[in-house]
Amino acid sequence: MHEVDMTKCLILSIEEWAEKKNKEKIVVEKINLKIGEFTCVEPISLINTFNAAVLGSWLDSSEIIIETIPFEGKCSKCNRSYFPQKENGYKSPCCNFNLEEIISGRELKIASIDFKEK
Amino acid sequence: MHLPISDKIELNILHQNSHQAEKNKVKFNNYNLLCLNIMSSPGAGKTRLLEITLEDLSKEFQSAVLEGDMTTNLDAARLEKFNIPVVPITTGRACHLDASMVSGGLKLLEKKINPDLLDILLVENVGNLVCPAEFEIGEHFKVALLSITEGEDKPLKYPIMFREADLILITKVDLLPYLNFDIKELKSNIKSTNPKAEVIEISSLTKSGFDLWQNWISKKIMKFKNK
Repeated sequence: MHEVDMTKCLILSIEEWAEKKNKEKIVVEKINLKIGEFTCVEPISLINTFNAAVLGSWLDSSEIIIETIPFEGKCSKCNRSYFPQKENGYKSPCCNFNLEEIISGRELKIASIDFKEK
Repeated sequence: MHLPISDKIELNILHQNSHQAEKNKVKFNNYNLLCLNIMSSPGAGKTRLLEITLEDLSKEFQSAVLEGDMTTNLDAARLEKFNIPVVPITTGRACHLDASMVSGGLKLLEKKINPDLLDILLVENVGNLVCPAEFEIGEHFKVALLSITEGEDKPLKYPIMFREADLILITKVDLLPYLNFDIKELKSNIKSTNPKAEVIEISSLTKSGFDLWQNWISKKIMKFKNK
């Protein structure tokens, strides 16, 4: 359950951000995350873990919103982008080349935080 | 109440871990100490690999081990016979080492030995093919083990681990004559997942391939020391 440790990191980062905003005077509404498809994160597990972790805390009313970023590679022979598939060993469908360059899908980001001032 | 404000952050979720990993790396660099993060599924042969590696490595280089284990110190006890500093890190329920655990381990190591005297720090991660792949610890290189009894498809099933690895050690190859295992297919799957990874076949029973692995370590230490 690495989502637990990810949640810990996430909350620490939000705390750090909130300290700069004067934490006592804000209410966090949404935490917008970008999670790549080529990561070890299961979005539902992350949301459930976060909800359990913030229960009764100042983040209790906040909501995690996850935007899934597609796993996209670039063929190193013809430079075309493609969506790698496990079934054909992530090879490019155009030239059957191994996946060398990943364009997207490795994201584990806090994109933005929506908040209100009290 | 005011209208909602959206604050763009674009910060890595694992920023806190990455930040600590960077601090660890700075420490390793200041000590001129090469750090390898050794990862695999449980039972792929990490501790046995270290036992054999340390027999020869200790003749040439000063080594130390941080030994990650979920609940016991059994692996650490196996390595202490080599008269090198071994620090067990019991992770409890966590299925991987993170940068703060390694930082804690390094502090305990500093009490055992002046790390300036060391050449290499081998960190044995917790046996798991998923979680350790996403948590940097400040290592210079990631080494992933894959035993042939696990099946040819593992690089495709656990792509992040094998994509992140700098070196992949295929272990237990002495069992090849007894298994219906296609090593060409495994290597093709590794190549698909990570075309840049170096691959070495080894057997802890016959010691085949250990010369290549030891040579890989020696070269990395020498290059690191002369950087």
